[in-house]
Amino acid sequence: MAHLHDEKIQFIEEKANAIRQSIISMLVRAGSGHTAGPLGMADIFAYLYFHGLKHDPKNPFWEGRDRLILSNGHICPVLYATMAHAGYFPLEELDTLRKFGSRLQGHPHREWLPGLETSSGPLGSGLSQAVGMALADRIDTGISSERFFYTLLSDGELECGENWEAAQLAAREKLHNLIAIIDRNYIQIDGYTEAIMPLDPLRDKFEAFNWHVIEVGGHSIPDFHDAVEQAKAVFGKPSVLIAYTIPGKGVPEFERRFEWHGKPPSEEEGKHALEELRTLGGKIRSEHE
Amino acid sequence: MNELNQTMKLNPHLFEVGVEQAPIRKGYGEGLVAAGDANEQVVALCADLTESTQTLAFAKKYPTRFVEMGIGEQNMAAVASGMAAMGKIPFITSYAMFSPGRNWEQIRTTICYNDQNVKIAGSHAGVSVGPDGGTHQAIEDIAITRVIPRMTVLVPCDSIEARKATIAAAGHKGPVYIRLAREKSPIVTTDDTPFAIGKANLLFQPKDPDVVIISCGVLVYQSLHAARTLMEQGIRASVLNVHTIKPLDVEAVIAVARAAGRVITVEEHQAAGGLGSAVAELLSEQYPVPIKRIGVPDQFGQSGEPNELLTYFGLDSEGITRTVVNFVHT
Repeated sequence: MAHLHDEKIQFIEEKANAIRQSIISMLVRAGSGHTAGPLGMADIFAYLYFHGLKHDPKNPFWEGRDRLILSNGHICPVLYATMAHAGYFPLEELDTLRKFGSRLQGHPHREWLPGLETSSGPLGSGLSQAVGMALADRIDTGISSERFFYTLLSDGELECGENWEAAQLAAREKLHNLIAIIDRNYIQIDGYTEAIMPLDPLRDKFEAFNWHVIEVGGHSIPDFHDAVEQAKAVFGKPSVLIAYTIPGKGVPEFERRFEWHGKPPSEEEGKHALEELRTLGGKIRSEHE
Repeated sequence: MNELNQTMKLNPHLFEVGVEQAPIRKGYGEGLVAAGDANEQVVALCADLTESTQTLAFAKKYPTRFVEMGIGEQNMAAVASGMAAMGKIPFITSYAMFSPGRNWEQIRTTICYNDQNVKIAGSHAGVSVGPDGGTHQAIEDIAITRVIPRMTVLVPCDSIEARKATIAAAGHKGPVYIRLAREKSPIVTTDDTPFAIGKANLLFQPKDPDVVIISCGVLVYQSLHAARTLMEQGIRASVLNVHTIKPLDVEAVIAVARAAGRVITVEEHQAAGGLGSAVAELLSEQYPVPIKRIGVPDQFGQSGEPNELLTYFGLDSEGITRTVVNFVHT
């Protein structure tokens, strides 16, 4: 397994910080949207779009690309911000989030923006779609396919039964190029997941469904890289990465607070958050060293 | 009978006792294999009802292009969306009560909103499912599918038309709902009867009609029988087979309404939301004429023999005849 060299890690971490700043700015301008989830997933998105994924921002319909299916569409500010930073569209367009006529719909709509693999928002259907894509790929390419199908799920949405229907099918079909990544941040709209509908022991659940399970810190680029590399090496089973993340990561006032699940920062809060991100960039990095 | 539209090349034994019968779902099974023969991108998914939905022949002929989904209709719809995203043309099959019933939101969001090329075949629709009872009698499915943008809705009238509808659906880009029935029903059409999505067929056309019966599915046969009986009573009723509820054949519906001046709709569905509503929506805006809708009157079905239930709800030829007589004389 090839480890990432330090320059690459630093490059991805800087991208994650820039993505967080874009998330804050676009949410303040939009005046609505979700804050905690997107900030918590910025490191993982930065890793995927700046290293993990096989893709070409200038050729979003390239057949050979890996697929990334965002299931919990409400965290799309992190997807949009990451795609803009990766070169799918100009950064300035981020300011149009949730506005009339914008390609950046409040929840992603595939047809509006090249590079989106699906439309999502209603929770619980992303894993099924990723399974469908991987099944089609299995029919066309067989078990030696070199395309990977990543789907990003929230922990809360695992309360939806459809996920477990999909999990059974993926295991039966031995879809080893399917990698689910769960944003394990323990919050949902009404409160903490374990108070609302406990998911733990989550590892045991997926293992009982015949998946390969990897638990990983979602803010450590090198650890996450190793986890993805391990998942890609698994044969005969789909893999799930339970990625422990801190909701609101990067802005201390927002961190670990479910109240920030579904609201944007005010202009004042946004300004403060941007200052923190700009000055604390070094601190975020130091946690990984 | 010379009121039968000869250009429709209907079954010449249509009005004979002992007319050949076949289940509409059987035509789906044949059409699916034909669609699979013609295009290797066609795949089939089924939720633990492979034999009764007639998906079995395809599954046997193309095992690598068939996916057994188990009892999981929501997953089935979204998996099909994913397969379509990769270029497949998935047909998903279950009973109409479960697909598009149970999985409506997945169909709406992951297939229609997402503009994926998935075909949804709902078998065992209507009260003619019979003994299984109200839980299994889907009589809301036309309403919930036709209201979704981009969805095409097909309700074939017999096994032969179901085969053509299935083949046509495979060649039509975009989501399609095909409504199928369980019971054997009389063969109305022939291989030579024209079929095109969105093009209604005028099957029975007396001169100077007093009324037009607009029908779909298994009740087209009952409507034709009613029209023949009505002729003997001196009431001239034409019959239009609207096998495509959406997009509705606007031109044909307005033309028959104009010719007859009175419209009766007949369907094995809630009187609300289905074919009758689609026709009423169109005519009330573009060519207002008196309309009477025959369907299930805001009730659930129940156990019974199919014919018993059709009679109970006034959906058989006697019931249709009775309603037409009253309607014409009001």
